[in-house]
Order: sequence, then structure tokens, then C-alpha cells
Amino acid sequence: MDSDEDFMSAVSSEDDILPDDSENEDMSGGEDFDDFDEPDPDLGISKDFGQRKRVAYDIPFQVYKPADIQKQQDELVNEVNMILDIPKGEAAILLRHFRWNKERLIEDYMDRPRQVLEASGLALEPASLPKLEVLPGFMCDICCEDGDGLESFAIKCGHRYCVDCYRHYLAQKIKEEGEAARIQCPSGGCNLIIDARSLDLLVTPELTARYHELLNRTYVEDKDTLKWCPAPDCPNAIECGVKKKDLDKVVPTVSCLCEHRFCFGCILNDHQPAPCELVKRWLKKCADDSETANWISANTKECPRCGSTIEKNGGCNHMTCRKCKHEFCWMCMGLWSEHGTSWYNCNRFEEKSGLDARDAQAKSRVSLDRYLHYYNRYANHEQSARLDKNLSQKTEKKMVQLQKESGMSWIEVQYLNAASQALQTCRTTLMWTYAFAFYLARNNLTEIFEDNQKDLEMAVENLSAMFERPVTELADSKLKVELMDKTSYCNKRRIILLEDTAQNLADGRWTFNVELTGSAASSGPSNRA
Amino acid sequence: MSRSFANKRLAKELQKINNSLPPGIELVSAENFDEWTLDIRVLDDNPLYRGQIHRLKFKFGTTYPIEPPEVTFVNLPDRPIPIHPHIYSNGIICLDLLGQQGWSPVQNVESVCMSLQSMLTGNTKNERPPGDEEFVRGNRLRPKDIDFLYHDNTV
Ligand SMILES: [Zn+2]
Ligand SMILES: [Zn+2]
Ligand SMILES: [Zn+2]
Ligand SMILES: [Zn+2]
Ligand SMILES: [Zn+2]
Ligand SMILES: [Zn+2]
Repeated sequence: MDSDEDFMSAVSSEDDILPDDSENEDMSGGEDFDDFDEPDPDLGISKDFGQRKRVAYDIPFQVYKPADIQKQQDELVNEVNMILDIPKGEAAILLRHFRWNKERLIEDYMDRPRQVLEASGLALEPASLPKLEVLPGFMCDICCEDGDGLESFAIKCGHRYCVDCYRHYLAQKIKEEGEAARIQCPSGGCNLIIDARSLDLLVTPELTARYHELLNRTYVEDKDTLKWCPAPDCPNAIECGVKKKDLDKVVPTVSCLCEHRFCFGCILNDHQPAPCELVKRWLKKCADDSETANWISANTKECPRCGSTIEKNGGCNHMTCRKCKHEFCWMCMGLWSEHGTSWYNCNRFEEKSGLDARDAQAKSRVSLDRYLHYYNRYANHEQSARLDKNLSQKTEKKMVQLQKESGMSWIEVQYLNAASQALQTCRTTLMWTYAFAFYLARNNLTEIFEDNQKDLEMAVENLSAMFERPVTELADSKLKVELMDKTSYCNKRRIILLEDTAQNLADGRWTFNVELTGSAASSGPSNRA
Repeated sequence: MSRSFANKRLAKELQKINNSLPPGIELVSAENFDEWTLDIRVLDDNPLYRGQIHRLKFKFGTTYPIEPPEVTFVNLPDRPIPIHPHIYSNGIICLDLLGQQGWSPVQNVESVCMSLQSMLTGNTKNERPPGDEEFVRGNRLRPKDIDFLYHDNTV
């Protein structure tokens, strides 16, 4: 697999920043992906990237619907069926046994067909076909039952249990643990996998459907280049060439036909520009420190001037106290008037206070302050994205109403939807820029990053503020144009930030204050996220 | 899966336990098929556990023995939680045998007790797992919902 480097150089060799640069070449051919285990001639991913631009944060991928996945499987089964002259049912068993690596199966089978068939549980002699047996003097080690006529079963290792226990065991594996193609012998320490023919004999009718569904899923699960879309009830799979070892160089966000955007590396929701390892550390840190930090993300705060309670109802950070009309920033509680010119104060933590820290106590206070600084902003964008979403749902209702009254068509009001989408995506990006910045050690690039962050933040707050206006105002054609401009400006700022960050990541130009490669997993327990 | 499957097996185990248990293992209570307690002690002269008896609590789900029981050490005035690099000070045990992956339905209460006994017998380290304090403070999960990394299979 030496061609992984090809992939990385494809990602990093393009110096263009904006995707609307017409000089960008199209992705031509599939040469960057020739390391796929099985190049599927009909569904090869290359042709679908014809229009994609090669930019560092934009990772090539391909979405497959259930029918596509089935077709690929069927094609492999047919090929093996033809080349090796084996019935299709058995070809499928062999392919699953070889984790869908067709080349290796064919090679091994040509060399020593008998062993391959036996290893896959497809022994030819009728005497060795799996069957239930009643053996005199047998006692089951699971239920401790004995007695005449107790039916029992064993695979080749000879670990024999009664049929009832075997079925309980399989039900647990299939129904609760979602295993099918690689269920092991129930005996402790025996790793022998229960073969397909034995399972056909033992799996009870009420489990058959689930069992076959799970078998079908192995096609995607066995291939490193394929992953299921994690959105609830989404049946699609995504193919992407990014390898685990590339994850310190690239953040592979993919998006499904169902519109769910997620990271191909760790399956979490889109977290560009922060690399997977930082995301993992950050989420763990937030979970560990949640009690300390909880108060910050609360929905209500007191007005810094008159002390009356203010509730945040939209995503915008510009707060106006209903009682005293004091204007302030929700994030830092500072005067809003100061933010117009110096947003800088609000996105960047002043590290210099660390120099004043004299003793250990003061230092730990500074390190907590530093964490809270970034967490505060991270949590704020997370919350704002949620509030913006609520707002957009409300807006949508109003739009329907307005459509009726003004006679505007549904297409004509889609600019609101576009604005809401932009707010969501940009807030998500902003959110992760703060986790990213938390782990970033200062060098000559961090200032550019902070400027980009600041610009995006300003663009987002502007759009968010406008989005909060009453729908009747937004229907005005002048405001409509302004909103559309602000939307596209937001998207543009996001692309600039992502492109710059991804390019530097691919080139290894960032310095982090933690190790990016080799997971933080040392020992002991980790809570399931 | 019906409760009766677990109960039938536990009844058989109880019958056997009442007849005999290996030295150093004693049944304390088994009033129902949900929860049993047993005492174990180390048989040799390991200075770490000399003169100590430890209380184990077994909780059985309806899927026992297909799935593992929940086994923890209980802290009582005369029953300390044994010090061991795989036993947290709140009694939670990091042992692959008790996890989804390492468990086999062929295991039983007696075999689990014996494994823990030998895990203590073989130990020479007078220490808790790394991150014990943090884990004990922060953990609110049931043992079976914790992903332990079985970093060391020598114990
Ligand atoms: Zn049995
Ligand atoms: Zn076996
Ligand atoms: Zn999807
Ligand atoms: Zn990721
Ligand atoms: Zn006020
Ligand atoms: Zn501020």
C-alpha cells in the first residue's frame, strides 16, 4: 500500500485557495485511488469527481445507496462464481470469509481449494456436514443439563453445548451485538469462528431476517474504504480513500445524500478544521470538566449593568437588555460598542497573563481560565447553532404565511433557507476552530488563523443578527439582496479559513501542544462517548 | 430471553456451591437470583493481602450466563477493597473476563471467584490503576458500560 502517499500529495499539492479559481484542473481519472482493494469497474469513483475541485479541505468521496451496495456484492459473487465455478451461495460465503478480498480468495483457492473450503466451513464430505447429535453421557457446560435425548452441537474444535444454549448464545450475538459472519465458539478462549453452514442449521426462523441483513452489512464493514452513514435510519454507505494514518494530515468531512455531514475518520459530525485526534481529546476534556464549565453554557445571564436576567433567544451575540437597554456581548459580557472595531478581544485568549503566573496555584488558575476561554466560545457557537435552527424552523412557518399573503413563490423565499444553512455550517466550523485553537501552539501562522476566525465570526454574527429580524422586513427586496450577500460572504469566509487550515495541516506547518499521532489511549477506562 | 434460563442455571450453580467451594471462597448470601455476595481471600502469604478478606458482589441479568454478571468489590469496615493495578478504589474491576469480549457462557460464579483470587495471588504491585482518583470521582457508568482497555494480560 505504498500509494497512500499519492493520495496525500493530491490533497496537498494544490496551492489555489478559492474553489472558484477557474484554473483548477478537474479530478481526472482515478489515479489517486488506485490503492482501493477492488477497483469496481462500473461504480468506480473516479468519474463522479469530474467537477470537483482539488482543494485541501474538500475530500473526494462517493455515496452508495443500498442498491449500489447490493450490485457491487452481486458482481463480486458472480465473478467468483464464474472464475472458480462455485455456486453463488458458496461464493458469497467464501467472499465473506476472505473479507471481500476477491483477489486473495481466487489466489488461495487456485493454490489449495480443499483447505480454503474447509477453512470457510464448506467441507465437501457429507460426513463432516454440521448436524445435531444426541451423545450418551453428555452434559452441557453452559446450562449444566444432562439427560437422555439432549441434542447437542459442536463445531470443529469439539466444544459441545446443548442446542438450546447454542441458540440462546446466537440470539444474543445476532440480536443484541449485531454479529453474524464472525461469531466465535461459545467456549472461553476458543476463537474458532462458527461457519456459515452451522449457522444456517442453528439460526432460528425469527432470527433469519436479521442474520441475513447483518451478513449483507459485512461488505461495507469489511472494507476500510467504506463506511455506513451514521445518520439514524440512513441506509447509505460512503466510500473514501483517506486512511487512518492520514488523519493527522487531513480532516475528511463527507456528506451523505441524506444531507448528514460527518467525518469519515471518526464518524462524528463534521468537525473541520480540527483533526480527529484533537476532537477526541477535546470532547473528553469537556466531558471531564463539564461541571466546572457548565455554568458558562447556561441559557441565561445577568445584565452586567442592571442585573436583570436576560435570556438568549437567537444565535446572535449582540445582546440588548430589555430593561436598561445596555448593549453587550454575550460571550465576554463586554460592551458591544467595543466589539465593532475590535472583535479581536473576543476570539483570542491573551496568553501573556500566563507570564505573570508565579506559583503553581496561579498557573493552574490560568490554565483553567485558558480552557474556559476556548470552551466558552465553543459552547456558545454550539448553542447558537441550535438556536439558529429553532429560529429557522419558526421562520419557515412564517414564510409559508408570507407566501400566501405576498404571492411570492417557494423558490423565491429559498434565500432564507440558504441563510439558515450557512449559519449552521459556519457555526459548526467556528465551534471547532476554538477546540483547534486550544491545542494550537503559537507560531507565525496562528495570527493568520485568528484573523480568519475573527472574520468568519464577524460575518456570522452579522448574518445572524439580520436573520433575527421579523419576516415581514426580510421580504423587502433590498433586505433580501443584502441577506443573500451576507450569506455568500459567510460561506466564502468559511472556505478561506478551512482551506488555509487544511493546507497547513497537510504540509505539517501547525504546531500543537499535544501529540497528533498515536492516540491518547494509555490504559484504564474510557467512558463511551 | 426469559428469566427462567438464568434462574435454572443459577439454581444449578447454587446447588453445587452449597456442596463445596474451593478453599478461600465462601458464599455469604444468595437469597435470590439477582444478587449474590461471596468472600474471597488469598491463600498464600502475599504480604499485600495478608489477613484480609474481600467481599464480592455479583449481579445477574436475565441474559446470564450468555452475558457476564456485574462483579464488583464492596467496601465494608472489615472487608477492604484489595489494592491492585486493575481494581479501582470504588470496587470496579478491570478484567477482560468480565467484559463482553472476554466472557464465555462457560464461566460461572465459582470460576470468576477463582480468577480474581489468582489475580490477587500473583500481584506484587502495591498500587491502584493509573487515573484511579479521577476515574472514581468522575465515573457514573455501570461497570458493563465502561470500555476498559485491557492493556495488560499478564494478570
Ligand atoms: Zn445447555
Ligand atoms: Zn471451541
Ligand atoms: Zn445518510
Ligand atoms: Zn474525525
Ligand atoms: Zn440591563
Ligand atoms: Zn465579546
